[in-house]
Amino acid sequence: MTAPRANPPMAMLAELTHRCPLSCPYCSNPIELERKNRELSLDEWKDIFTQAAEMGVLHVHFSGGEPASRRDLEDMVAHARDVGLYTNLITSGIGLNKRRLEALDECGLDHVQLSLQGVDAEMADWVGGYKGGYDRKMQVAEWIGEIGFPLTLNAVMHKKNFDRLDETIAIALDMGARRLEVATVQFHGWAAKNRAALMPTREQAKQARLTVNAARERLEGVLVIDYVPADHHSDYPKPCMGGWASTGINIAPDGAVLPCHAAHSIKGLSFDKATERPLKEIWYDSDAFNAFRGFDWMQEPCRSCELKAKDFGGCRCQAMAIAGDPAATDPVCIKSPLHAELVAAAEADAEADAELVYRVMPT
Amino acid sequence: MSIELNDSDCPVILRGVRPHFDKVRNVWLLLAPERALKLDDIGRAILDQVDGKRTFGEITKALADKYDAPVERIAGDARTYLIGLMARRFVEAR
Repeated sequence: MTAPRANPPMAMLAELTHRCPLSCPYCSNPIELERKNRELSLDEWKDIFTQAAEMGVLHVHFSGGEPASRRDLEDMVAHARDVGLYTNLITSGIGLNKRRLEALDECGLDHVQLSLQGVDAEMADWVGGYKGGYDRKMQVAEWIGEIGFPLTLNAVMHKKNFDRLDETIAIALDMGARRLEVATVQFHGWAAKNRAALMPTREQAKQARLTVNAARERLEGVLVIDYVPADHHSDYPKPCMGGWASTGINIAPDGAVLPCHAAHSIKGLSFDKATERPLKEIWYDSDAFNAFRGFDWMQEPCRSCELKAKDFGGCRCQAMAIAGDPAATDPVCIKSPLHAELVAAAEADAEADAELVYRVMPT
Repeated sequence: MSIELNDSDCPVILRGVRPHFDKVRNVWLLLAPERALKLDDIGRAILDQVDGKRTFGEITKALADKYDAPVERIAGDARTYLIGLMARRFVEAR
């Protein structure tokens, strides 16, 4: 079985650290978080950014955890800009002050993506598990505006906040954001522990679509809205990552190179480290990156499906999590034998009520 | 709300949006937050004129002179192109 030759990657998600002052219950980090002493050094990261630019990566997204937890973030941004990358900081705002933001501006930071945990202090501090976080974030947003960084607001939506989507859009406008990501929680990582607390109802998912469409029309030329729908309430799967290992490359805090941030969950794949093998070789030649490229790996019903070139069989991590087989059809698909079970589970979780299970660092 | 771009408006490429020559793919791109838009020769010719100082009317006149084409046709094409970029929040009219 041979996978087709891949195109160069467009974007890199650089997970600088798993450390974070917040404890969001839907954190996309793996359950097994890396400790500080396993993190890559500044020089190792610089080498990765140089290699990334040489192989065709355009955007680097500084992420975590909270990337501002790294005191050398500014040096990384400066280096990434030097080698020609477009630099995006994905942050909760906690750990940034005006002086650091000004330094990032001087280093050439192109764009800031700020996360929003709730539309007021009570909700945001509860969801993020960090008292005072909302007020601090609003202060950081003001500084971002003063410096003039282009801003995207990222709002993770779920059962407990979907009914406040209009207020979320209003906050994005107040902050002067150019883009808003309305991202329904994806049930990987820590979110998988919080299905009963966070799974939206079918009605909420339907209403969110209407609200987003109306806002897009009303705010054309003012605010761009990207919408990630609730896929457990869909009939067909999302074209996850535009197909496995096709556009994005992800570096974990310890240097593991992954096709997506949840790929750790796929049993049987072994991921090379950027400190041990050239990035280019990992992207084009490693078994893990070639595992689900092209169509040869597919089983029925994907193999003969006319949608396979459009949705690539959906999400491999979701197939792993629910079907127990990463090469299975994503159970979101109505053609999957597990679809009815997935819908029943989603509906049961949507009706249930559960306490939040917060993300915790290992002790 | 529909987007307008009049002759007296001054189009500006917003901060965080910049042309970039991609040596690996051998194409010009417009890099923006979460996006990379391929720039063809026409797109580049239009954006080369968007300096944040000149009005849309002045830009279309300059393009018409440079390419020896009727200003109405140039204005139609450039308006459609720039309004598309305004809808994506890459460009603003001031």
